[in-house]
Amino acid sequence: MSEKTLYDKLWDDHVVHTEDDGASLIYIDRQLIHEVTSPQAFESLRLAGRKPWNTQRNLAVADHNVPTTNRKQKIPDPIARLQVETLDKNCAEFGITEFDMDDVRQGIVHVMGPEQGATLPGMTIVCGDSHTSTHGASGALAFGIGTSEVELALATQCLTQKKSKNFLIKVNGSVGAGITAKDIVLAIIGEIGTAGGTGYTIEFAGTAITDLSMEGRMTVCNMAIEAGARAGLVAVDEITIDYYRGRPYSPKGEHWLMAEREWQKLHSDDGAVFDKVVELNAAEIKPQVTWGTSPEMVVAIDAKVPNPADELDSVKQQGMINALKYMGLEFNQPINEIKIDKVFIGSCTNSRIEDLRAAASIVKGKKKADSVSLAMIVPGSGLVKQQAEKEGLDKIFIDAGFEWREPGCSMCLAMNADKLLAGERCASTSNRNFEGRQGYGGRTHLVSPAMAAAAGIAGHFVDIREWV
Amino acid sequence: MEAFKTVTAKVMPLDRANVDTDAIIPKQFLKSIRRAGFGPYLFDEWRYEDIGEPEMDCSNRPLKKDFVLNNPDYQGAKILLTRENFGCGSSREHAPWALDDYGFRAVIAPSFADIFFNNCFKNGILPIVLSAEVVDSLFKDVAAGYQLVINLGAQTIVTPQGEVIQFDVDAARKYRLYNGLDDIALTLLQADKIKAYEAERAKRAPWLFV
Ligand code: SF4
Repeated sequence: MSEKTLYDKLWDDHVVHTEDDGASLIYIDRQLIHEVTSPQAFESLRLAGRKPWNTQRNLAVADHNVPTTNRKQKIPDPIARLQVETLDKNCAEFGITEFDMDDVRQGIVHVMGPEQGATLPGMTIVCGDSHTSTHGASGALAFGIGTSEVELALATQCLTQKKSKNFLIKVNGSVGAGITAKDIVLAIIGEIGTAGGTGYTIEFAGTAITDLSMEGRMTVCNMAIEAGARAGLVAVDEITIDYYRGRPYSPKGEHWLMAEREWQKLHSDDGAVFDKVVELNAAEIKPQVTWGTSPEMVVAIDAKVPNPADELDSVKQQGMINALKYMGLEFNQPINEIKIDKVFIGSCTNSRIEDLRAAASIVKGKKKADSVSLAMIVPGSGLVKQQAEKEGLDKIFIDAGFEWREPGCSMCLAMNADKLLAGERCASTSNRNFEGRQGYGGRTHLVSPAMAAAAGIAGHFVDIREWV
Repeated sequence: MEAFKTVTAKVMPLDRANVDTDAIIPKQFLKSIRRAGFGPYLFDEWRYEDIGEPEMDCSNRPLKKDFVLNNPDYQGAKILLTRENFGCGSSREHAPWALDDYGFRAVIAPSFADIFFNNCFKNGILPIVLSAEVVDSLFKDVAAGYQLVINLGAQTIVTPQGEVIQFDVDAARKYRLYNGLDDIALTLLQADKIKAYEAERAKRAPWLFV
């Protein structure tokens, strides 16, 4: 069969060698490196007396552990500081480019990569971080790896993999006003479950997807991993190509023209066969709010917290009971009556300029509810921050009583000082609502930036469709 | 990496689905730049009453009595029995490092998250996928002192009753794990092919090779 899916094309383009059992050696075009999953990889390389295969293929940034306030001082937590300094030291020793904490290009690795044009269409991209799936939004094959593979990719520029299966998720039609990429992807996960994509690479298609900006597509692909798929993809179109034009690491001159021609081919052929297809109707997607401790525990804003008694699968039922207990919720409670203590707008899911604009348009001229103790905005990168400040978004947030912070992962995973306290409830634009994810005992509800902003104003979840 | 041939060991039942890597090893421990020493913090939030911090001495921390890791019946277990989608969430290799450091050599579940599954093989841990029914029956049988014999060569698990359960494992992964081989050395054997690929690709996509 000659018709190929986008994934088939990207895969075939990168196979160096295939073993009899189907395991292939895959060439890696770009590795992104951050402080948390790399120190042990560099240490092993050093101990084995090995060198990186090609230093140019790697780009590093510290994001997980960096403080979001007062960057002038050293990182107060000595263990975190050592980890960030270890990255600086390793990059200097091995000759790898790093955007350090004072560099305006510093930011969350998955925001920085596309922003710099360091991750491009048609590439294979890896990073020791599961949300590497984000970069698939540009028609690249991008997936997270563990530290052993970080080391392997450093040393050989290759990884051994078996090809996964092809999964097409089509979101047909157009979404209603106020419905964002985040709602689309949460609705998808609600539909297929957190293991629905395990073993597959998901291609997101349909007009509701192609209508999205690159930022929106990144939000969707970012959460492919939350649906169990290591990689998510969106085909290349004019929006993709426009996005990459003129970025610092994008091809230049003659190379740009060549690249553009090649990138135009990065879509699934008509008649290409997928192993699994799921279709959704965009018009039916409402603003989504998670109520539990797994991204699949998600409902629409006008729904109620579900009743475990209605779940027939006993393992799932127990999971729901545990989740309700952890989240401090009762079943049948209307979602829009859930009160929140904190707001976090940030993370590699939703910290790009478009996300900040959406949140700012909601809070403009309003005030944070007194019952909300902290509402923080953490831009995805120094450049996003700069752009937002140019547009005056920082002032809108500050006037509304929101905090305007320095870029990094921040309360997405609470490795730095930004954390929920036990029992605190947060409207968060991040991607994981696992127990303790945003701080020990903290309770996370995943929502879109507009929904999070509105919850910060109202003090509880509100239906954003009534505000736009 | 420690080679995996045959493991005869006690089984610990962790009766939960969707156990994520944040639960296996909470993020504060990821600040470490070392590979070892994570065992005392395995399942930290479920295991201790207080909040764990990196490099903390765990010997006097208050235990959550009802968590299975603290049940005296299962001390010394090297096989973890659990439910579907084990290891979902972040790609942190600290999760298999913590399991390994604690002493686990194998995890049995109906399904695993992809990245975690892969990371296990790189760290001498054998993740075994069995059908939900078989996992369920093991959960019913498991009790204090219950032991299984896992033979990677034969791809079998033998129960105390003498029942033999066959399992699947990818041939290449099996070979590496069985022999405790280093991925980098194996891959560098293909260095000529990698260079040839680069030369050929540089013609098709020269912008990647500037
Ligand atoms: S923002 Fe959150 S999900 Fe994204 S890379 Fe950072 S910690 Fe991971």
